[in-house]
Amino acid sequence: MPALELRNVSKQYAGTPPVTALDGVSVQVARGEMVAVVGPSGSGKSTMLHIMGTLDAPTSGSVLIEGLDTSSLDDDALAAIRGRRVGFVFQRFFLLAGTSALDNVANGLLYTGTPRPQRREAAVTALDRVGLGARIHHRPNELSGGEMQRVALARALVHRPAFILADEPTGNLDSAGSEAIIELLLSLHDEGRTIIVITHNEEISSAIPRRLRMLDGRLTDDIDERVSVP
Amino acid sequence: MTATAHGVTALPASRLRLAEVARVGIHALATRRLRAALSALGIAIGIASLVSVLGLSESSRSDLIDQIDALGTNLLTVTPGTGFGAGDSALPGTATGTIGRLPTVEEASAVYAVNAGVYRNDLVPANLTGGISVYATDTRLLETLNGSMAHGSFLNEAQRDYPVAVLGAVSAERLGIRDLEAPVRVWLGGRWVDVAGVLETFALAADLDRAVLIGDRAAEQYYDMDLEPSAIYIRVDRRFLDDTRDLLPATIDPENPEEVEVSRPSDLLEAQAAAEGSFTELFLGLGAVALLVGAIGIANVMVIGVVERRGEIGLRRAIGATRVHIRRQFLTEALTLAAAGGIAGTLLGVAATYSYSVFQGWRAIIPPEAIGGGIAAAVVIGAVAGIYPAIRAARMSPTEALRSD
Ligand SMILES: Nc1ncnc2c1ncn2[C@@H]1O[C@H](COP(=O)(O)OP(=O)(O)OP(=O)(O)O)[C@@H](O)[C@H]1O
Ligand SMILES: [Mg+2]
Repeated sequence: MPALELRNVSKQYAGTPPVTALDGVSVQVARGEMVAVVGPSGSGKSTMLHIMGTLDAPTSGSVLIEGLDTSSLDDDALAAIRGRRVGFVFQRFFLLAGTSALDNVANGLLYTGTPRPQRREAAVTALDRVGLGARIHHRPNELSGGEMQRVALARALVHRPAFILADEPTGNLDSAGSEAIIELLLSLHDEGRTIIVITHNEEISSAIPRRLRMLDGRLTDDIDERVSVP
Repeated sequence: MTATAHGVTALPASRLRLAEVARVGIHALATRRLRAALSALGIAIGIASLVSVLGLSESSRSDLIDQIDALGTNLLTVTPGTGFGAGDSALPGTATGTIGRLPTVEEASAVYAVNAGVYRNDLVPANLTGGISVYATDTRLLETLNGSMAHGSFLNEAQRDYPVAVLGAVSAERLGIRDLEAPVRVWLGGRWVDVAGVLETFALAADLDRAVLIGDRAAEQYYDMDLEPSAIYIRVDRRFLDDTRDLLPATIDPENPEEVEVSRPSDLLEAQAAAEGSFTELFLGLGAVALLVGAIGIANVMVIGVVERRGEIGLRRAIGATRVHIRRQFLTEALTLAAAGGIAGTLLGVAATYSYSVFQGWRAIIPPEAIGGGIAAAVVIGAVAGIYPAIRAARMSPTEALRSD
């Protein structure tokens, strides 16, 4: 059973004219896999990632997470999946200003009901993992862009999610910052995590064996270099 | 493999601990202190005005009631009725004696109109009376009215027979008499009369402030005096006040009891105290308007905050917050703002009441319901002001919130 599966997923946005952001996308991601999603702007990459992470619901088709069809779930159940099984990283860091790196990361566990001391303990571990063990008391305005994105990545790791979904995580970073994030994602993959990352960055996509290419809401290519090329 | 599927279905629901609800709600305020303070200011001013209006009106009312009590609420005034056939406007000459014999009467003293003018000296034209009337009275008047002297002394038993006068507070002023350090005489009814004393104002008999008093026996001897009292002041045993009041007209004038009017001067003062209460309502209304403005201020700041913090809202949804959690966060924020405003306003109102009361020499009284009500009103306002922005925040689609910039 795939860890994550989209079955003929479409997404339309109402409006004049209506926008079809996704058009019949089917894809399976196995446990422990790392997948890059590439494609031009507006091709539906973010929409697909949001739907994979249950932040948004498809107009038609189904999303299965660890075999469970999410279409029957209510808002609260979807929130629980996001809070416990999914870790999001975005192009923007979304760190709370005036809040230390430690507490920003600990917030990744906020809605699981975990008591604060345990949250902070887990946050220290996650910050160590992204190489910021020495900066835990720094606030966002005292960190570089690359460091802020590593804090955001630690926040996406702190609850030990089944998937990490990253939407252009290096989009706001310089090359050094990007490099650090790429290395972290690859090493997390090596540890067995399931990671789906949207990227325009050639360096990332070339380092990742499986690539999904999107165009106009469709999946045009699903290349897996580990499988023999047809 | 079914084990993993089970892993998702059996996920515990998202949950935000109670302590975290407060922390999350306060967090945004702590990072935007100035804005928070300014938006709570409206509520603070509204609550402060409500608390101080209630406190001050209570303090001043209680001060007035203390004063009235000190003057005595057991004073009754008997005057000739103003009804039909009351043309002669005097009480029977026997009235004072009759009243004095009532067992519930502690003290009684009458004044009699004297048909004479009073002037600073014999050169003032007779028509310039200055609005001063002359009354004859006995020696008990001061005590009956609980009055006091500004200068000199009241008429004594010996002075009752001689042309000696005591001046009401206003009369003394109009006659230009400030003190009695040198002997003072006034020209009263065509003869010089020595002034023995000047009265303080009478709280319960303001008419007498504009009077000059002379002894009743002297009046009979030297002036043309009506032997029928113009007014009788009576101190009554408190316990029988109402009974006595009902009895008086028939006792004084059995044939025409309706021509006798009995009044209780303290009623008038109490009516004044009550009238000040209605003034209070006006200020309460103004305070309520300030609160409304404060509520709009909080709602406004919250709506702006929701729009500005779309990214934060989207992120919270992404890390597992439900709509309820988001709604609760913004509601807590609005409630905290309003409660902070309410507490600050209450403290301000209490301080204002205390300092103004001290300044006025009043005993400061803050009604407990003003404090409780002030804070409760603030919290209710916070809830009302916060509910719409909170619902808006909760309804926001997470993806749109995350796409915003
Ligand atoms: N809320 C919305 N309402 C209407 N149209 C939308 C909405 N959100 C996205 N779209 C449209 O859906 C399409 C897919 O958008 P999406 O953000 O998924 O693209 P993307 O591949 O992530 O692009 P980019 O590389 O620029 O991030 C676009 O045409 C976009 O304009
Ligand atoms: Mg995108």
